[in-house]
Amino acid sequence: MGLSNASGDLSTEVEVDAFRCLFPLRFYEKHLLESIRPDARPLGRARETTIALGAVASANGSALAKIGSTTMLAAIKMEVMTPSLETPDEGCIAIDFHMPPICSPIVRPGRPAEAAPVVAKQLSDTILSSGMINLKELSLVSGKAAWMAYLDIYCLDADGALFDTALLSAVAAFSHLEIPVVSLNDDGKIVLSEEQGLSDREPVNKEKRKINLSSIPFSLTCVLHKNYILADPTAEEESIMDTIVTVVLDSSSQLVSLHKPGGTVLAYTSAIQDCIALTRQRVKELQKILEEAISGMEVD
Amino acid sequence: MEVDGEDGRTQNQLRPLACSHNILYRAHGSASWSLRTRTLRKQTGQIDNLLKSYLMRMRPWLNGNKEALEFKFHHVWVWFRYSGLPLEEAYEMILKRTLQSICHLTINPNTTTSIIIQVINDDSALLSCAINAACVALVDAGIPTKHVAVAICCCVAKSGCKMKAFAYLAFPNSVHSVLPERSSSMQGKPIEHGIVTSVTNGIMSADNYFYSLERGRAASVRVVRVSQEELATALN
Repeated sequence: MGLSNASGDLSTEVEVDAFRCLFPLRFYEKHLLESIRPDARPLGRARETTIALGAVASANGSALAKIGSTTMLAAIKMEVMTPSLETPDEGCIAIDFHMPPICSPIVRPGRPAEAAPVVAKQLSDTILSSGMINLKELSLVSGKAAWMAYLDIYCLDADGALFDTALLSAVAAFSHLEIPVVSLNDDGKIVLSEEQGLSDREPVNKEKRKINLSSIPFSLTCVLHKNYILADPTAEEESIMDTIVTVVLDSSSQLVSLHKPGGTVLAYTSAIQDCIALTRQRVKELQKILEEAISGMEVD
Repeated sequence: MEVDGEDGRTQNQLRPLACSHNILYRAHGSASWSLRTRTLRKQTGQIDNLLKSYLMRMRPWLNGNKEALEFKFHHVWVWFRYSGLPLEEAYEMILKRTLQSICHLTINPNTTTSIIIQVINDDSALLSCAINAACVALVDAGIPTKHVAVAICCCVAKSGCKMKAFAYLAFPNSVHSVLPERSSSMQGKPIEHGIVTSVTNGIMSADNYFYSLERGRAASVRVVRVSQEELATALN
């Protein structure tokens, strides 16, 4: 093709930034031949990850998670509701994912982002099917009252790997969550107790307790391009190479979700096994980061 | 291990498949795909999983943004109409990416192909039914594609057929499977072994996933045969 010759000749004459804009795929392929990416990361390494717990003071549980530049803020508010008839001793979790226009120049005000409902559904499927939270723990009075946890995740900066960061912030918010103290008042309704000393009513749950999290899910998104597997893509990489694979593993290495929505590159079994191996490594890293964040909070 | 499903099926049996094409006259191409569940006890109630998908080609329009440089003018839009549930947009995105990877994008520049999928009846395995119907409709409309994707739904069950997790898998199926002289392969692996799309729900071990991949591949051969027979009748 004439174009490929032209880019080959131009690569020495054109400036790096212009070449990156004009021929983005070729720009990346030149880097991939050296097994490195434009931001000097090796192919299998994720970006720097940080978690800050308790970012929203008014929420019952909250966390701010950052992977590279992608930033997500998760907050949980608890409300008492009557459980449904089919599950009288189970609470409920409602998960909502928002992409406000602040996160990316592609998202316009008034028009919801294309990625938002997709990530929202993926998140709610993953969190509910992973069994991280036992819904029976959210029950107060069997058949009469149970907790409804509203989990809202806001994307503040969208720079690739949205699902990974959103899941990490959700998990961190749940680990920070403290269930408030409530008691039964004379009308038989559940009310929030202001302070334990003042109330003469018997509190339904004695103290603010944390929720028990079993088998926490962690995820890694990879991009497939020819024979290369790039872990944790930035938004630029995701837009150029369109085959994205997201693997979610829980702490016992069970596969919670493997999400590959089409894409030009076909995934053979070897590629999937490599992705799962990269995810296993990432799970260990993320577990360490989460534990450090939690222990940092407890010291305060 | 012979697990008997509620409708008396064994592990490897598929529900009866039915496929028909060219059913709508206003559309460039259309197809309907159905999986019938037999209920052994009540013969009167027949639950189908029926999907109609039809294609319309819109007027060409100029694409003025950066992507013009990559000559990818051909867009594929998917509308998935079920009942306004949030899963509509998620399925649209998955279908759009699956079908976009199948179509040759550079053959028809400056055009948009709209694929509209209407669910008539839902009895699970919805996404795989939708992918199959859309692929047959694409062939019916005469849009050139790299290969036809065939989708199947596999589930991992604990003993007693209580479903623990399921996976929607879509495999490519090239024309060479019909002409056995040459089979296209990439680095020694036949192209049918790659996965176009995979969406899982529920916890399963990685080994179970790979096992269901193999089973899905084997079952997809039968699924492809149904659509090939249907389309072959059109040529005669």
